[in-house]
Amino acid sequence: MKSIKQKPGHALLRGALPDFRNLGVLLRVLLLVNVLAVGTVVLRVDDPAAWPLALMVMAGRVELPLFLAVLLLFLAQPRLARLAPRIAAGVVWLVVLAVIAVSYPLVREGEPGALWRWLAWGTAATGACLAYFDYRSRRFSPALTEARLMALTARIRPHFLFNCLNGVLGVIRSDPRRAERALEELADLFRTLMRENRDLVPLGAELDLCERYVDLESLRLGERLSVRWELEHCPRDALVPPLMLQPLIENAVYHGVEPASGAGEILVSIARRGGEVRIKVDNPIDDVERHHAGNRMALDNIRERLVLFFDLEASLETDTSGGRYRVLIRLPYRRKTA
Amino acid sequence: MTQTALRVLIVDDEAPARTRLRDLLGDIAAEHPNRVVGFAANGIEALRLLEQEPADVVLADIRMPVMDGVELARHVGHLPEPPAVIFTTAYDQYAVEAFELAALDYLLKPVRAQRLADALARARARQPTPDAVLAGLAPGTRQHFGVNERGRILLVPVADVLFLRAELKYVTARSAEREFLLDESLVQLEQEFSTRFLRIHRNCLVARAAVIGVERAGEQEGEPHWDILLRGLPERLPVSRRQWPVVKQALGI
Repeated sequence: MKSIKQKPGHALLRGALPDFRNLGVLLRVLLLVNVLAVGTVVLRVDDPAAWPLALMVMAGRVELPLFLAVLLLFLAQPRLARLAPRIAAGVVWLVVLAVIAVSYPLVREGEPGALWRWLAWGTAATGACLAYFDYRSRRFSPALTEARLMALTARIRPHFLFNCLNGVLGVIRSDPRRAERALEELADLFRTLMRENRDLVPLGAELDLCERYVDLESLRLGERLSVRWELEHCPRDALVPPLMLQPLIENAVYHGVEPASGAGEILVSIARRGGEVRIKVDNPIDDVERHHAGNRMALDNIRERLVLFFDLEASLETDTSGGRYRVLIRLPYRRKTA
Repeated sequence: MTQTALRVLIVDDEAPARTRLRDLLGDIAAEHPNRVVGFAANGIEALRLLEQEPADVVLADIRMPVMDGVELARHVGHLPEPPAVIFTTAYDQYAVEAFELAALDYLLKPVRAQRLADALARARARQPTPDAVLAGLAPGTRQHFGVNERGRILLVPVADVLFLRAELKYVTARSAEREFLLDESLVQLEQEFSTRFLRIHRNCLVARAAVIGVERAGEQEGEPHWDILLRGLPERLPVSRRQWPVVKQALGI
C-alpha cells in the first residue's frame, strides 16, 4: 500500500476513514444518509400520494439515530484517527449499530420485531458512506500529488529566479556582503520550495520564509518595495498549507509593485478570530486589465490545496476596489497536537 | 583598427541590473570601445535623456513601469538619428518568441559579456526596426502617442485622446486641450487600439470611453445623420451611414 510509506500527516492521505470533525464530511454524511432514506421510501411505497407521509415516518426513524451516531463519531474522532483504517471502519459500524439498538425503543411505533431490519439498513447506510469517502480519498490523492507538483512549478516563477540572480550579479562587485546574504536567502527559499510539502506547517515558519523572500526582492526593487506586517493577533502556531503565503506576496510584488512607477506598499494582516484564522494580503494595482492569468493560476493552486487540507472549512476570496487588490483567506485555527 | 566608442544608454527599472550592464560594458570596453551616456529607470526617462545626449545603442528592459521597452523602441524611432535598441529580459517566454519571429536583438538576463559584445557588434550595422513590427509585438499596450515637435518627442497619453481624424497626409489626435499631428495611418491605429477607439467614419476614430451620446443632425440640409457627442468637447462628429449600424451596436443604443 502506498500510504504506508507516508509519514502520519493529514487524514486525507492516510486511509479511507474521513475526518468526522470536518464540517464538509459531516454535511456529506447527513446528506448521503437522507438521500438513502428517501430512496428507500420511493422504492418501497408504490403510491406517490403516500410518499409525504412515508417520508415523515422514515425521517422519524432515521434522524435521531443518525444525529446521535454523528455526534458520537465527532467526539470519538481523535481516537478513531489513531486506529488502523479497517479497525476504525469496524468501530464506526459498531457505533452505528449500538446507536440504532439504543434508540430503537424510542422511535419504533409499536411494531416490534423490526430491529434486525433497522440494523441491516444502518449497516447498508454505513457501508455506503464509508465506501463514498474511501472512493473520494482515492480519487483526490492523485490530485493532491498533482497539485503539489503544480505548486512546485508555479512557485519557482522563472521571472523571479532570473531577476534575482541578475540582482545578485549586479551588487556582487560593489557590495559582496549584500550579495552573500541574498544568496543565503535564495538557498533557504529553494530548500523550502524543493522540500516535500505534504504536511501542514506552522504559520510562523511560513512568515519567516516570506520575510526572506521580501528581503531578497528588496535587493532589486529597493525603495519601491515596502511591506507592512500587521501581526499583533497572529497565531504563529496555527497550521497552514505550506507555501500558502509566499506566493500571495510574490503575486503582490509582481502585479502591484513592479509595474508601478512609485513606491507600492503591500499590507499583510493576519489575525485569529475565535476558531478562525484570517489572512489578508492587500496590494495596489496599476492596471486592472493587465492583472492577467498568472495571478489566477497561483490563486487556483492555493484554493485547491485549501480544499484538500480543510475541505469546506477554508475559503479564499479576492476583491478589487479603490485601486487595490485584496486576497482574503479564512481557515480553521488548528495547532499541532503534540 | 580604431573604432569610435559606441555610445550606450542603459534603461532598466532595477538598480542592480543597471549596475551589472555597466560593469559588463566596462569589461568588454577593450575589444568593443563603448561609453555609457546615461542610465534611465523607464522609457520616458530614457527619451528625455536621449534628447539631451544622443546614443548609438539603447539597452532596454522589456518590463518596466510607466513606459516599457517595446514602447520606448517605438518612440525612439521618431528621433532624428534613431539609436539601435537591444532588449533585455529576465524571463518572458512570449516576448522572446515574438522577438525571434521579428528577428529583433534581445539579451537574456543575467547577460553574459560575450553575448553583449556580439549584440553591440551587430548593432553597428543594424537597420532600425519598422514601427509596424514593434506595434505587432505588444498590440494595444502603447500608453503614449509620440509627436515630433521641433526635434523633441512630445508624449501624449493615449488615454487623453478623444478622437483621431485622418486629414490629408497626417492623422490629427485631439485631446481636451489641443491637437497633435501623428505620423501614423488611421488603419494601423484602428488595429492597434481596437478596444479603445471606435470607427465612426471613414476618416475618424473616437475614444469609446469619451462618448456621452448621439444626436440627430442635418435634417434641414437634407442630409440626415447622427452626431457623436464627446465629453469635454463642443465639436460634434458625424457618423457615416455605413458605420452607423456598427456604432449603434458598439455603444449599445
